[in-house]
Amino acid sequence: MTVTTVSGVWALAAALLLGVAALAAACLDGLLAGRSAGGAALAGARVPLGEAARLMRQRRRRTVAADALLWRVGGGGLLVAALLMVVVVPLGRWTLADLPVGVVWFNAMDVLVWAVVWLVGWGPNSAHALVGAYRFLAQALAYELPLMFALTAPAVAAGSLRVGEVAAAQRGLWFAVWMPVAFAVYCLGVVAFSVWGPFSPAAASDIAGGVLAELSGVDRLLVLAGRYALLAAGAAFAVPLFLGGGAGPLLPAPLWVLVKALLLLAALVAVRRRLPAARPDRFVEAGWLVLLPAVLLQVLIVSVVVVARS
Amino acid sequence: MIESVAFWALGVLAVAAGIAVFRVDSMARATYALAVSFVAVGAALLLVDLHYVGIITVLMMIMEMAIMAVYMIMFMGMNPALMPMSMVHDHRQAVVAAVGGFVLLAGGALLVPWPTRRGAPAADTTAALGEAIMGSKMLVMMTISPVMVATIVAGVVLAAPRGRYERFGDDLRRRPADDPQPGGVGR
Repeated sequence: MTVTTVSGVWALAAALLLGVAALAAACLDGLLAGRSAGGAALAGARVPLGEAARLMRQRRRRTVAADALLWRVGGGGLLVAALLMVVVVPLGRWTLADLPVGVVWFNAMDVLVWAVVWLVGWGPNSAHALVGAYRFLAQALAYELPLMFALTAPAVAAGSLRVGEVAAAQRGLWFAVWMPVAFAVYCLGVVAFSVWGPFSPAAASDIAGGVLAELSGVDRLLVLAGRYALLAAGAAFAVPLFLGGGAGPLLPAPLWVLVKALLLLAALVAVRRRLPAARPDRFVEAGWLVLLPAVLLQVLIVSVVVVARS
Repeated sequence: MIESVAFWALGVLAVAAGIAVFRVDSMARATYALAVSFVAVGAALLLVDLHYVGIITVLMMIMEMAIMAVYMIMFMGMNPALMPMSMVHDHRQAVVAAVGGFVLLAGGALLVPWPTRRGAPAADTTAALGEAIMGSKMLVMMTISPVMVATIVAGVVLAAPRGRYERFGDDLRRRPADDPQPGGVGR
């Protein structure tokens, strides 16, 4: 399957698609929240829309001696990182940028989230927000290395860092099936860099919302939307990397990409209500002593298989 | 044409952000001005088709700056990093050294008679780079790697305030370990 690079105008369509996926994720979370609260689930699904409208009209709250420039950069940064991630995700046979090192590109964009979340916490000159920012960096030190090696495994198996070629290398058997550890660690990494569910102590209620503490109005909307967009972008990137790209019966390839991405996104959203919070100070040890050796072993197995097959 | 414009714009951005590092009055701004400078350099590398080197520059530099911000703010005495402060020490000599260094390097780059290109660049520069580093130099890499790991381990051992005797007692039999901060896997 050859990948065709489409004109840059289509970036608007990709952004729209990412926005719709992020909104769907927010509505699903609202629905699950409504159901677990015992209320009407459908009313819960409408909550994100109402909340978005409310935040767009809300007046901005100011703090003393805030670093407004860095704060705004951080506030918009999550969405930008998510948009840059989906640039290298092929939709069937079309892609916006067929970079020869697409996998590394994705990795660089998820590292961008380190800087962005820290800036959101630093900007308002507020103790709680800064504590949240440092929590995120501690967590990032724990998840980033396992995530990097989880990204390495499919690239080694495909013998290419080009996302389209990684997807094409999964004829017959998805990478998620024969490298389950890498896939699991990748999903964990996506949840972690999206500051989501068990990996959201940076925005936890015990520090008054952490990095979200002082955010209000449209700034808050951008950060909350950015979290969902990051989840959606991570789920979309998993499709060419682990879930066989556009391969599937009956439906055309682009639709299969969307279906797989949305299913994984729904699973990642649902994780929030299933797992307890992972304290960054404890998760660091788990990341380095459990996840990293496990995923290194996975890469070793993949490498041995690749050498044996060639 | 558009590539030349982008290259020059990125070059100017890199230098301007580099100057901003010493003009701003906050540690956080200085750190991230430096990050912007490095990202511009990484993007300029993308323009000359060094994809892998360019993107890895962006990745490593953002990560380094995020960590650097932590250390700068953690280790500054009395935490002036949270207050406005000057980013320069020994102003006059620093300016002389910086201007001198810039003139030397820029002059060298402009005046040296660069050799003309022999042969054509590889079709896949990432693979060529991998071959160049890992092909003929593999023995060197394999020799250096254990030495580097041993250096890191030795450095951590020397720097760690508490070793296994503090954790497990003099006979190394105490379980669970006596840690001021319990870890995540219950060692």
